[in-house]
Amino acid sequence: MVTTLIRRIIQAGFVILAMTVIVFLGVNVIGNPVDILINPDLNQAERLRVIESLGLDRPLWQQYLSFLHGLTEGNFGNSFVYSKPALDVILERLPATLELALCAMVIAIVVGLPLGLYAGLYPNRVSSRVIMTGSILGFSLPTFWVGLMLILLFAVQLGWLPSNGRGETAMLFGVRWSLLTWDGLSHLLLPALNLALFKTSLILRLTRAGVQEVIMQDYVKFARAKGLRENRIILVHILKNLMIPVVTIIGLEFGSLIAFSVVTESIFGWPGMGKLIIDSINLLDRPVIVAYLMMMVVLFVSLNFIIDVCYTLLDPRVRLDGKG
Amino acid sequence: MESKIATEAESPTAQTGQRPISRRIWPALRHFFSSPAALVGCIGLVVVLFTAIFAPWIAPQNPYDLLQLDIMDSRLPPGSESFSGVPYLLGTDGQGRDILSGIMYGLRTSLIVGIASAFAAALIGTTLGLMAAYLGGRTENFMMRLVDLQLSFPTILMALMVLAILGNGVTNVVLAIIVAEWATYARTARGTALVEREKEYIDAARCLRVPGRRVLLRHLLPNCLAPIIVIATMQVARAIGLEATLSFLGLGASVTQPSLGMLISNGYQYLLSGLYWISFYPGIALLITIVSINLVGDRLRDVLNPRNAR
Repeated sequence: MVTTLIRRIIQAGFVILAMTVIVFLGVNVIGNPVDILINPDLNQAERLRVIESLGLDRPLWQQYLSFLHGLTEGNFGNSFVYSKPALDVILERLPATLELALCAMVIAIVVGLPLGLYAGLYPNRVSSRVIMTGSILGFSLPTFWVGLMLILLFAVQLGWLPSNGRGETAMLFGVRWSLLTWDGLSHLLLPALNLALFKTSLILRLTRAGVQEVIMQDYVKFARAKGLRENRIILVHILKNLMIPVVTIIGLEFGSLIAFSVVTESIFGWPGMGKLIIDSINLLDRPVIVAYLMMMVVLFVSLNFIIDVCYTLLDPRVRLDGKG
Repeated sequence: MESKIATEAESPTAQTGQRPISRRIWPALRHFFSSPAALVGCIGLVVVLFTAIFAPWIAPQNPYDLLQLDIMDSRLPPGSESFSGVPYLLGTDGQGRDILSGIMYGLRTSLIVGIASAFAAALIGTTLGLMAAYLGGRTENFMMRLVDLQLSFPTILMALMVLAILGNGVTNVVLAIIVAEWATYARTARGTALVEREKEYIDAARCLRVPGRRVLLRHLLPNCLAPIIVIATMQVARAIGLEATLSFLGLGASVTQPSLGMLISNGYQYLLSGLYWISFYPGIALLITIVSINLVGDRLRDVLNPRNAR
């Protein structure tokens, strides 16, 4: 177990290293940093001086090494737009994104799991069919358009909820959270709903598929034959066995929620990382882009690692090294 | 010679054991359309394709010909009449463009980008997947590691990565979608090919010293196509959605040929003042496109899956 863990960690390290090469080559070879970093009005001598001071005249591998060196110290250079270290700019926005993704996940679970359970237990009822059709819509509806329609309905027509920004925040552990104030919550609701839509459909369908599989198993039939109450069968025999795939998906999808918050944050003016990266791409703020991409790579590699490990702990049949 | 053709025509099943194509296709079509959802999807798809292909001839206005625009007509609600008396069925946008015409032209861009990128991704992914399965060993290991890695990142993140490196623009959006989607094809192609590879006809071809490329293309590929076609259909829908999302975020910007995503994005600024139609109708068009493709793809999966064959 320990050796496999170590092997996995080394593998994850290699993946991250490979991604640094890709991002570095992408930014420094495909895109020409000279054109972007240097003011076009400068004359030739000044240009050369800036190129030298930025280290762009050195061989590529040396540049890469110093890039790696900066990386280990969390130093991605200063943001051109904010004139602050790029990592700080991103970390400032992190709580807002986490908060949004967390709320969306909670909504997706609270709505998707029971509905999926219901649709799986009673597949022939009309209400189940309605739920399943609804989930197809949830998959097909473009998230950004749904966001606009939510704004139209709840913010413009009904005027119940605000459509822009985080609202009032309260401090906790030195970080500002919208969750802790009523105003913040009202700002959070629409974007969270929007972000949750796709994941709700996903969890719903997954739960339903799981229920239909589990319900055919002998131990469920046996529990029925024993005369256990239906509630107990559903909660203990069915739900518990459903949890492995559902928990995996929740873990995996949490990362993708953070990635997809790019769209939702842009629509609702939510000041998180996603909005930052779009602004940065449009303003060509390279240090922030690189920092964001590297952070995402590390996030996803670690998430996958954690899920792999959890999987082994949850399901003794799974072995990380593939041996029985 | 002539008499031989005549006997073949009389008894088409005698030699090949197969009925003529027309008689094989009809039952298949009837089987396909026995699901009402598939019928709805197909009709939707035909309408969408028709609109996109014939947009310049059926659109009431060329929305990008500045001479045809009238600023006096800007921001009119659906159904109102233009300054010169022509009705705007779905209203106009901030520059006085007819929304309906905008949608028809936008559909073209969306479909071209979606289909082109999904097709290119299918080509690359399938080739790599088949090669991995056929060659095996280190090549396979390396490729599948790459696929796993790629699939552990959300598509939008991969697309953002590509666009962050290459910059904005329609071509780069196509590239981004290809990068984000090829891995799905590779995995499917390899999975199917692994099963097919073990079958006797591949062994037979190898024993006959058929060259590797020919085995891949003429023996393995045709037998792996069914699941790839299903995936490709779904991926076209995903590509159109992704393109719309990226355009909405302002990363696929092409003012001369706006896609549906950009039309929706244009309406965003008017939304808060209650001018819903500028964003609403392009979104409906996008929705119809995606749902139609998904319905057809869903049915294709049912029909082409040998496990479901009756």
